[in-house]
Amino acid sequence: MTQPAQIKRGVSLYSFQEEFFLRKMTLEDCVAACARMGAYGIETLAEQMMPGFPHLDDAFYDGWHAMMAKYGTVPVCHDMFLDTKRFKGRTLTLDEQVESVVRDLKHASRLGCTVMRVLVFVTPEVLERCVPYAEQYGVRMGLEVHAPLHFDHPWILRHLENMERVGSPLLGFVPDMGIFTDHYPPVMIGRFLRQGATPEIAEHIRREYDRRTLAEYVINDVREMGGNRVDIAMAEVLRHNLWSNPRHLLEHMDRIFHVHAKFYEMDENDQETSLGYEQVIPILRQGGFSGYLASEYEGNRHIQDAFEVDSVEQVRRHQRMLARLIGEREVQHV
Amino acid sequence: MFDRYIVVEDTLRNVVEGGDVVGVQFGARLPYYRGLGLSMIEAVDVTLGGEPVPVEDVSVTLGGRTYPVREMDHEPEAVWNFGEVGTVTVRKPGGLPEGEHSVGVLFRLRVSYLPMMLTGQDRKTLPLVGT
Repeated sequence: MTQPAQIKRGVSLYSFQEEFFLRKMTLEDCVAACARMGAYGIETLAEQMMPGFPHLDDAFYDGWHAMMAKYGTVPVCHDMFLDTKRFKGRTLTLDEQVESVVRDLKHASRLGCTVMRVLVFVTPEVLERCVPYAEQYGVRMGLEVHAPLHFDHPWILRHLENMERVGSPLLGFVPDMGIFTDHYPPVMIGRFLRQGATPEIAEHIRREYDRRTLAEYVINDVREMGGNRVDIAMAEVLRHNLWSNPRHLLEHMDRIFHVHAKFYEMDENDQETSLGYEQVIPILRQGGFSGYLASEYEGNRHIQDAFEVDSVEQVRRHQRMLARLIGEREVQHV
Repeated sequence: MFDRYIVVEDTLRNVVEGGDVVGVQFGARLPYYRGLGLSMIEAVDVTLGGEPVPVEDVSVTLGGRTYPVREMDHEPEAVWNFGEVGTVTVRKPGGLPEGEHSVGVLFRLRVSYLPMMLTGQDRKTLPLVGT
């Protein structure tokens, strides 16, 4: 008998940013689209789709909960931001940073989220100071492990050391699938070509990425090949995109609260064209991950200059792939 | 990102005050994936017909309030919401003649988690759609 799937499917509404930006979809339209795909876990960015944040009134939160009830969806994760450069000429003090994060913890709690995505540049000191508030509001703080950082990067290791020292179960990680970039994303190559990249040089960069050649070597190659400004920019993306070992997830499984299932492009066969989903999800299953995989479509910014963006169709294909890889037996809702 | 949506189509018009044409207005959006406090908008550089407009002649109206670009540094609370069409007003006595005009905007945004300034720009040729 097949084991019931433990991993749950969700969507970050970030995925529908193109349509929301152009006022083709409302917040409710986004939630309804997720429910239609059987992706019941909802992740939100207050500063994207909840104008008025952080001064949202009771009526907003009442409306939010009514909407969740109407579509049978569950608030899962709030994505916080921290404007350390809010004031020109000075960085926020530690106290001001803590105050801002606490504001977000309170919002996450009022939404009904049990996880808050913490931007990776937030310092261990700030997170440590916020632990009592996370306890008060019942929200876990997951540091986003986002490229070009990865689980073995010194900055993440420093956070990990601090988490171990503090010993709070409310401190952990939200890995972003971008740390498992298997191939140079074709949507990025296409955009660089439209901007004037040299086809032979673009092909060289694509091939060298697959060979896992060090970014600095490839950038140097491109300079020696007489690459133009766009060619150099395309090679410099190698400093940011990366493949890391998905088995690291197993070491940190008890601290993985949520996963950003970032993707750039789903083809007609429901395959992601660059990220290592086929390698990563079996490892999450092996580790007994029982949280949400939240689709995070980020392809729009690479195609919007030339093509119509259809985020809903892209997310639908992605959800079908997730349902297959996590082993759901019934996928008729997707 | 969102650069191509900065200058909003079909919004260019002359501004009339007390019977005189005193300036030009058009709609613009911020090229970023979330709303941002105005104090983090480092630059709103406008060009009309390819010519740079002096910053002291530019203001932005959001949610019924008008903010001179030069004073945005002092507005950490006011937010340019995600996808919100703000109205950019350029002081220009006499306004623009009928016909099509090149309208350009370049934003520089101070995004806290990025080491460098986020820059976005757009230029479109818009017909003057009256006052």
